[in-house]
Amino acid sequence: MSAPLPAVRELAVRHRLQWWEALPWAAGLAAFVAFPNYLAFGTQVLVTILFALSLDLVLGYAGIVTLGHAAFFGAGAYTVGMLAAHLGWTEPLSGLLAAALVAGAVGLLSGWVLLRTHGLTLLMLTLCTMALLEQAANMFSSWTGGFDGMPSLSFKPILGAFDFDVLFFRTQYLYALAVLLLCFVLVRVLVFSPFGRSLTGIRENLLRMHAVGAPVRARQVLAYAISAALAGVAGAVFVQATGYVNLAVLGLERAAGVLIILILGGYGRLYGAFVGAIVYMVLEHTLSKAYPTAWQLGLGLTLMLVALYAHNGILGLGDAVRRRWSAR
Amino acid sequence: MDLISTLLGGLASGMVLFIVSVGLSVTMGLMGFVNLAHGGFAMLGGYAIVLSMRHWGLSFPAALALGFAAVAALSVVLERALYARLYRASELDQVLFTIGLVFVMIATVTLAVGPESQRVLLPAWLDGQTDLGFLRYRSYSLALIACGTLLMLALWLGFERTRIGARIRAAVDNRRMAESLGVDVGRLFTFTFALGSGLAAVGGGLGAEILGLDPQYPLRYLAYFLIVVAVGGLGRVTGVFFAALLIGVLDFVLKVEFPKGGTMFIYALTLAFLLARPQGMFGKRGA
Amino acid sequence: MSAALLETHALCKSFGALEVARSIDFRLEAGARRALIGPNGAGKTTFVNLLSGVLQPSGGRVLLAGEDVTRLAQATRVKRGIARTFQINQLFRGLTVLENVCIAVAERLGAGGGMWRPAGRRTEVVEEATRLIRRLRLEADAGRRVAELPYGRQRLVEIAIALGLHPRVLLLDEPAAGIPSAESHVLLEAIASLPQDIAVLIIEHDMDLVFRFAQRITVLVSGAILAEGSPAEIAANREVRAVYLGSALDA
Repeated sequence: MSAPLPAVRELAVRHRLQWWEALPWAAGLAAFVAFPNYLAFGTQVLVTILFALSLDLVLGYAGIVTLGHAAFFGAGAYTVGMLAAHLGWTEPLSGLLAAALVAGAVGLLSGWVLLRTHGLTLLMLTLCTMALLEQAANMFSSWTGGFDGMPSLSFKPILGAFDFDVLFFRTQYLYALAVLLLCFVLVRVLVFSPFGRSLTGIRENLLRMHAVGAPVRARQVLAYAISAALAGVAGAVFVQATGYVNLAVLGLERAAGVLIILILGGYGRLYGAFVGAIVYMVLEHTLSKAYPTAWQLGLGLTLMLVALYAHNGILGLGDAVRRRWSAR
Repeated sequence: MDLISTLLGGLASGMVLFIVSVGLSVTMGLMGFVNLAHGGFAMLGGYAIVLSMRHWGLSFPAALALGFAAVAALSVVLERALYARLYRASELDQVLFTIGLVFVMIATVTLAVGPESQRVLLPAWLDGQTDLGFLRYRSYSLALIACGTLLMLALWLGFERTRIGARIRAAVDNRRMAESLGVDVGRLFTFTFALGSGLAAVGGGLGAEILGLDPQYPLRYLAYFLIVVAVGGLGRVTGVFFAALLIGVLDFVLKVEFPKGGTMFIYALTLAFLLARPQGMFGKRGA
Repeated sequence: MSAALLETHALCKSFGALEVARSIDFRLEAGARRALIGPNGAGKTTFVNLLSGVLQPSGGRVLLAGEDVTRLAQATRVKRGIARTFQINQLFRGLTVLENVCIAVAERLGAGGGMWRPAGRRTEVVEEATRLIRRLRLEADAGRRVAELPYGRQRLVEIAIALGLHPRVLLLDEPAAGIPSAESHVLLEAIASLPQDIAVLIIEHDMDLVFRFAQRITVLVSGAILAEGSPAEIAANREVRAVYLGSALDA
C-alpha cells in the first residue's frame, strides 16, 4: 500500500481549528470590557450574527435562495413571547429550546412542502410563507398582541443566578455570546461533516447529486429545518434580551436585511455572517441615524457594486486580494 | 350594489397591478432575470408624470407619454450598462443588484422630492362620477378598467400577430432554440425591457390615485407584483391579466371584510396555487 | 441466453409531436460489453436518460433484474445499481478531485448524511476514493479543484465517480469525448478492468474504441433500433453502412 496522497492528508485535517478562529470570541469579550455603554447594541449584533449564520447554512451551503427566513426568527420570537405572556413561562433556557423546536417544526413543514419547487417560484413561496405568518400574527392579536406586539416581557434569571440587566445589558450580552458560540460550534461541525459536504454538492451540481444516489430533497429539507431552528433561537434571544416582540420580527425588512448582511460578508464561509453583521450594523448605527436617506443611497450603491464586481462579499474580496498578493 | 362597487374597485386596482406587472412578467420569462427593482420604474414614472403635470402644466395624456418615454429611455441605459452584465450571474447576485438599485431609486426620489405622498391632479373629464344606469361610479376607476382591458388586447394582438411578438414568444419558450434560429435575443430583451419599464411607469402614474405614490412604493408592493407574475405564469400576458385582476379584487374585498390581517388569505391562496401549479396559470411545465 | 439485467419493453418518449424514442425493446445481460451507436440526433443520450431516470418515458417499461423501475427517480435507480456518466461532465467544479470522488463513495456506503464526524476523517471513504483515483491515474491532480483541470482529466473524474458507485449496470455516454488520444489508454484499461459480472453500455462515436471494446453493438436510428449484433455482423450490415458508417469501413 503506497503512501497516502497529500490531498488525503489535507482533507483529514481541514476541519481542525485554526488559530485565528479564536479571534472573534476574543473580540467579543474585549468589546464587553471596552464598550460597557454599547452592550445593548452589541447584543443586537450578536443576535444578528446568529440569524445570518442560520441563513448561511441554507443559502451559502445548500444553495436555497430565500427571502422569507424571518419567518423562523419570528416563530422563535413569538414562541418565547407567548409562553411568557400567556403561560407565565419565563425560564430562559427552556424558552430557547421551545423556540428552537417550534421554529424547527415550521421549517420542517414548510421545507417539505416548498422545496419541491425552485427558482422564482421557490423565492415567491418563501416570501408568501413569511407574509402569511406575519398577517396571521396581525390577525390573531389576542394571542400575539397584533400590531403593537407584546411589550414589557420579563424573564427569570439564567440558570437561576444571572439576572437580566435592564440598564446595561451585561447579562444579555454574555448570554447572547454564549448561545452564539454554542450554535456556531454546531454549525461548524455540520459544515465539515459528510452531510455538510453533500449540501455543498447540492449547491454545486444538483444533477450530479441525484446521479450519485443522494436523497437530495431529504437533505435540503433537513438543512432547512436545522437552519430554521437556529433562526428561531436567534429570535428567542432577541425577545429575551429586549423584553419585547412585535410584527417587525416577521417582516420583509428583517428578512431582506439578513440576506444583505450575509451576502455583504460572504456566504458559504461561516465567518461571513460575523463580518457582514458587524460591518453593516456598525455602519448603520452610526450613519443611518444621522443621514437616513444618504445611508440608503450609499447602501444601495454598495450592494450594486458588490453584485457586479465582488464575488462573495468582503471575505471574497479578501480572498481575491490575498491571491493577487501571493501571485506576485 | 355594494358588491358591484367593491368588484369595480378591485378591478380598477387589479388593472393597475396588471399594467405595472406585465413588463416584469415578460422580462422575467424572457431572460429569467429576477428584477426586484421593477416597482422602482413604476415609482419613477409616477413621479415624472405627477411632477410634469404640476410644474410644467402638461395635460394628463401628455404626462403619461412623457413618463413612458423617460423611464423607457432610462431603463435602456441601465439595461445595457448594468443589467446585461448579470444575465449569466447567480440568482443571488441578481437579487442583490436589484435590491441595491431599488434602494438607490428610493433614496434619490426622497432626496430630490421628499418623503411625502404625491397626489395626482386629475383632469376634469376624468374626475367625478359616471352614471352607469344601475350605479354611479368613479369615472377614473371606470376609465382605468377600460384602458387596462384595451392594453391587454393590444399587447395580446401584438404578441400573436406581429413578427416581433412571435420572436418574443419563441424566445420565452426556448431561448437557445430561438437564438439558433437567428433571433437576436439581446436586442429583443432591451426592447422588451424598455417596453415593460415604460408600461410600469404609466402604471405608476395611472395608479397613483389608487395605490398611492411615495418613495416606499416599490417595496410596499413588491410582493404583489411578484405574486401576480408568478401566479400568472412567466411571460404570459393573459396570465398576468387574470392574475392581476384576481389579486386586485381579492385584496379589495379582504381589506373591506377583514381589515386586520385579511391579506393573509392572499398569501395562503398564492401558496396553495403555486404548490399545485408551480408554473402559474398559463406557464409551461418544467420551467 | 443469460437472464437480462437491464431491459426495456416498448419504451417510448415524445416531446409534443417529436418522437425521440419509438417502442424500443432492449436487453442487456450481466457481463455485457455493449456499444450503442447511431447518427447524431438518433436519440442515444435520450435513451440513456430514460434508462437512468433523468427522463420519464411516455410509454413502456424499464426493468432492472426483472424489477420494474420505470417510475423510480434517478437517485433511487442509482441505489439499485444503475450508474452513468454524462456526455458533458457533471462534476462539482469548485471541489477537489478527491472530494468529488469521496462524495460519490460516501453516498454509496450510506455515509453521505452523517452529521458528526468530519468528512475528511472517514477513512473507509477516503481510502476507496484514493484507490479509484490511482486506478484512473489522477493522483497528481487529487488535491486540485476540478475547474482547474483540463477537460480530458475532468472526464476521467466523471468515470471515477461512476465506478465509485459500484453499479451493476454502467452507462457511459461518450466517455472518450474530450480525452486526448495520448491518454485514452487510461480509459480503456479502466473499462477493461471492470468486474466481469457488471453490464456496460457505451455510447460512442469513436469506432476504434467501439470495435475494440464491444462484444455486441446496437444501432439506434431516429429513436428506434435498426440493428443489433456482433461487431462483424454490424460492419457487414448493409442498412447500417448506408445510414451511418458510410465508407469508413471500406478504407
